[in-house]
Amino acid sequence: MSIDTDTARRVAKLARIRVEDEALPALASEFNTILGFIEQLQEVDVDGVEPMTGVTPMHLKRRDDVVTDGSQPEKVLANAPDAREGFFAVPKVVE
Amino acid sequence: MTELTKLTIAGARDALRRGEITSHELTDALNAAVDGADRLNAYAHKTPDIAARQAKAADARLKAGDAPDLCGIPLGIKDLFCTEGTASQAASRILDGFKPQYESTVTSQLFRDGAVMLGKLNMDEFAMGSSNETSAYGAAVNPWRADDGVDLTPGGSSGGSAAAVAADLCLGATGTDTGGSIRQPAAFTGTTGIKPTYGRCSRFGIIAYASSLDQAGPMTRDVRDAAIMLRAMSGHDPKDSTSADIAVPDFEAMLTGDIRGKVIGIPREYHVDGMPGEIETLWTRGTEMLRDAGAVIRDISLPHTKYALPAYYVIAPAEASSNLARYDGVRFGHRAKLAQGDGITEMYEKTRAEGFGPEVQRRIMVGTYVLSAGFYDAYYNRARKVRALIKRDFDQVFAEGVDAILTPATPSSAFGLGAMKESDPVQMYLNDVFTVTVNLAGLPGISVPAGLDHKGLPLGLQLIGRPWEEGDLLNTAYALERSAGFVSKPGKWW
Repeated sequence: MSIDTDTARRVAKLARIRVEDEALPALASEFNTILGFIEQLQEVDVDGVEPMTGVTPMHLKRRDDVVTDGSQPEKVLANAPDAREGFFAVPKVVE
Repeated sequence: MTELTKLTIAGARDALRRGEITSHELTDALNAAVDGADRLNAYAHKTPDIAARQAKAADARLKAGDAPDLCGIPLGIKDLFCTEGTASQAASRILDGFKPQYESTVTSQLFRDGAVMLGKLNMDEFAMGSSNETSAYGAAVNPWRADDGVDLTPGGSSGGSAAAVAADLCLGATGTDTGGSIRQPAAFTGTTGIKPTYGRCSRFGIIAYASSLDQAGPMTRDVRDAAIMLRAMSGHDPKDSTSADIAVPDFEAMLTGDIRGKVIGIPREYHVDGMPGEIETLWTRGTEMLRDAGAVIRDISLPHTKYALPAYYVIAPAEASSNLARYDGVRFGHRAKLAQGDGITEMYEKTRAEGFGPEVQRRIMVGTYVLSAGFYDAYYNRARKVRALIKRDFDQVFAEGVDAILTPATPSSAFGLGAMKESDPVQMYLNDVFTVTVNLAGLPGISVPAGLDHKGLPLGLQLIGRPWEEGDLLNTAYALERSAGFVSKPGKWW
């Protein structure tokens, strides 16, 4: 499996990280080094093995379905780069 | 009386109780040491005012009697822990200016017990790195040096924690460990670090890297201090659904040093190509020490060991790409300056390109790739199956009566800052070859300083224990520590 610059561009887009065109070949080459390393996993016989979902066998605890938190909009917004009138502000999303 | 900054946690605790020192004096001495050590870049944010306030409260509590072990003990806190009102930015530009409105469970438990926070410690960005060089604050520097005087890495990701403990800039520090981030820096700095069983410490309020692997743990001067601090950090927390509802024992009380009859496994797969002879020798010496202390040594096999690092570099980036999606310039931290006409997608893309460093970007994108349609089964699901096999290897040897496993902690001693600059990323990943299996299997592992190499730099040995048996593991580590008799300290040059 080899990654070309188009795939690198697509992955960057999916990850929402801007990568300039001239940086794509180097990025693709790094991906290939890492994926080459990961490729060893194909040697392992995993027939009949279930993928691990949790490393420690445990059941999720249940709790009463009641409100346990909330009513602190100031704290929620305290770190926002742009907050107005009790909301997070972002560039226009819908034309 | 030993110089205040050089006290162990246990020593300071006892001196505080006897009224020989006050937390105020101790904290002042450490604040001064921290101020004199800027060259090491161990502290990213100093909090002397908080420390002074907490020390005062601790002294009052000590006077009243019946204070917990950590009351009045000055600690450093890794920048990955959210501390209310104090910068907590995971050494990333993307969390510039972020001041949490809440406290992580682990730090809240330390403060409940009266611990004093000296500041936030340097680390690799989002805990992704093995040398502290990915930090937005610049690398922390190892207080240890060889004769050539070159600046060395304290390891990573908990490099600031390790440097601070080794340089007497705190009595103990919190670390976190996703693939070796407590144990490798501990080995590089002649300090002790334990990653407990997955689920022992709450992850609430610890900035997430790879949630199925991340665990917090203490980094200290010795095994006894690790036992004291781990007890305070552990315990069930309803805010972390993976934290275990299992009683936390008095780990310190379990340190008898008696390991007669304990079965110690020596895994043959940990003899890796190109490992320096000094590491082999140290490992053999460690094995002899445990045998001399009455343990039974047994050769064991963990056949899937070589696949641990590749499995890790699928699973950890996959989880990171999901966890780090929250850094989008909307709710906290950095937002890029936008150009006329930029929409929300440009805001995301520019913010994340500016805010994340190269290694973090790389791991997010690798994670995005292995989770993308068409590759999910080939990479992500396969890695999770291999992870199940790695855990099964350990389950089998424990079922056959092995109590603990002895391995080297790292494949080398500390290397020079910048020395890996020209290498491809995989070369750096190989640092975690002995530690990463433990995270994948969810087990407790501890690094204990065991000797010096020919350059006079510390080397560590790792002990791996059964799940939830940190007390037994710490006791074996205590026996190893007593036999190794490691007392070297770095000479002060900073």
